Amino acid sequence: MKFTDEDVVELLQILDTSQYEELHIETDKMKLSLRRSGDGEWAQSIQSLQTPNIDNLPANETAPKTAPREEVDTGGMTAVRTPLLGTFYRASSPGSDPFVKVGDMVREDTVIGIVETMKLMNSVYAGAAGKITKICCEDAEFVEQDSILMLLEDGA
Amino acid sequence: MSVSVIRRVLIANRGEIAVRVIRTCERLGIETVLCASEADLDSLAARLATRVICIGPPRSTESYLKVDAVMAAAVTAKVDALHPGYGFLSENQALAKACDKAGIIFIGPTAKQLDAVGDKLKARHHALTAGLPVVPGGEMSTPQEAEALTKKTGWPLLVKAVGGGGGRGIKLVHKMDDLAPTVEIAMAEAQAAFGDPRIYLERFVGAGRHVEVQVLGDGKDAIHLGTRDCSIQRRYQKLVEEAPAPNLSDKLREEMQKAAVDFTKYLEYRGLGTVELLVDCERDTFYFLEMNARIQVEHPVTEAICGLDLVEEQIRAAEGRPLAYRQEDIVLTGHAFECRINAEDWTRDFQPSPGTVTSVFFPAGKGIRVDTYLQNGAKVLPFYDSLAAKLIVFGKDRDEALEKMQGALARCDIQGLTTNLPMHIELMAQPEFAKGGVHTGYFQWFLEHASSIKEN
Repeated sequence: MKFTDEDVVELLQILDTSQYEELHIETDKMKLSLRRSGDGEWAQSIQSLQTPNIDNLPANETAPKTAPREEVDTGGMTAVRTPLLGTFYRASSPGSDPFVKVGDMVREDTVIGIVETMKLMNSVYAGAAGKITKICCEDAEFVEQDSILMLLEDGA
Repeated sequence: MSVSVIRRVLIANRGEIAVRVIRTCERLGIETVLCASEADLDSLAARLATRVICIGPPRSTESYLKVDAVMAAAVTAKVDALHPGYGFLSENQALAKACDKAGIIFIGPTAKQLDAVGDKLKARHHALTAGLPVVPGGEMSTPQEAEALTKKTGWPLLVKAVGGGGGRGIKLVHKMDDLAPTVEIAMAEAQAAFGDPRIYLERFVGAGRHVEVQVLGDGKDAIHLGTRDCSIQRRYQKLVEEAPAPNLSDKLREEMQKAAVDFTKYLEYRGLGTVELLVDCERDTFYFLEMNARIQVEHPVTEAICGLDLVEEQIRAAEGRPLAYRQEDIVLTGHAFECRINAEDWTRDFQPSPGTVTSVFFPAGKGIRVDTYLQNGAKVLPFYDSLAAKLIVFGKDRDEALEKMQGALARCDIQGLTTNLPMHIELMAQPEFAKGGVHTGYFQWFLEHASSIKEN
């Protein structure tokens, strides 16, 4: 049973004249909820439960590197964390030199990398002055919220 | 013209447009095969398609943007045709040519036509030849040429990527000192983003309106399906669209529609296309901006006022059939708005907000349409753009449509994501917007004065 917009409009015409405020329909293929709000107008929630008919499932080698990472032991160093989740890049474009490498001195506002999420590039700033001591994420690695990207030793 | 009947289509896209194309195919009895990345295997489109073929890891460059992977899926599934949606490979000549070679119909214009309008400079040149006015400007490859062009463009001006489109690769320059450095950066970025470092300069029209004309051609004839106004934009990305474009003199509207049809006929264009024009409010004139040789995100507002199914028209044209309508058969009634609901936090500089939907209710009723891939459990992923749903509302006139949109927005309830719904609600209540005909600078003004942001 596939519900089109026209089907929903027809259902609503019937419901409108009734005293019902809500309607729920569930089959093994879908769930449909219609509810009337204070102003008499309707809202709908449709969920398809159909199982996708997938030809071939991906091989392990192509699985994205999104395994949860253990919290890096900072060993007293200052952690530079990602401002949001996304893909971490160490350089401004493929093939360019990385923004920073181990041993570089940085200031608070030094750009140390880029995190790309939903097609937007976000610069990542060191946030503290000091020397980069460890790079904790690889180029083009996917990072979760708050992951540690680099460690630096405090000191101007 | 020989006609090929399309019975099975590969949908080379994702999200809401994949669902949208599947819906029309289902109605027409056409089998659908979806090629999806690993991240989209349990998406709504995947559940609705007849069959799903995985074409690679989540990253677009490794899946949706890989011509080989998409073609492999098309050939494996023995499809008659391929629908590229919008974005991704929808205007990619390599894909169109690969389809030709494999004997698969590319649901879009020919590779030659993609070439003619995909390169923004060529498109400008064709428009000029076809007799359309274009924004003063031109191509340049040296700083001296750039300086010379500024006499034509005036200030400020825009630096645009030749291989760009969809609002990407555009920079505003205010004075001569900034020109050379901006040009250098623009060339590097263009090379990285589009594989083509060429750029061109254009006059910046301060009080401009972005009005586009929907056209449909069959390779010989062409008609228009009215105008759309897409002036509400942030960083050249559209947020709200409406059809028809309001507050235009009949004379200007007819001139624009005629220019669009003339251009489409000149190109002997086959399929659906959109001619984008810039209306110079101060000079009460218009210029050709670019042509989009694909279905667009905002196509539903045109469908609302003309009563046609544009995906069906695409399929019809792709099958080699002649246009089913003459211009006089097209009747445009009423007014429609579309609000793009993005998974973004507008109180935090529109920071993207991926997440999982825990509950979602959308308004329902006559004149209300929602195109989305959201449902309970759906994931908005960080690998793709932030468009989560399109809310389209139709009314017998602009005032009724606007009032209905306000009520419809209030009945949207999306849990598990942060969206720009509050922004739309505030925007739709603005008196300036209610008057109609705002220009492209309006949205920035709105952001600077919006109360919800100021409170933060």
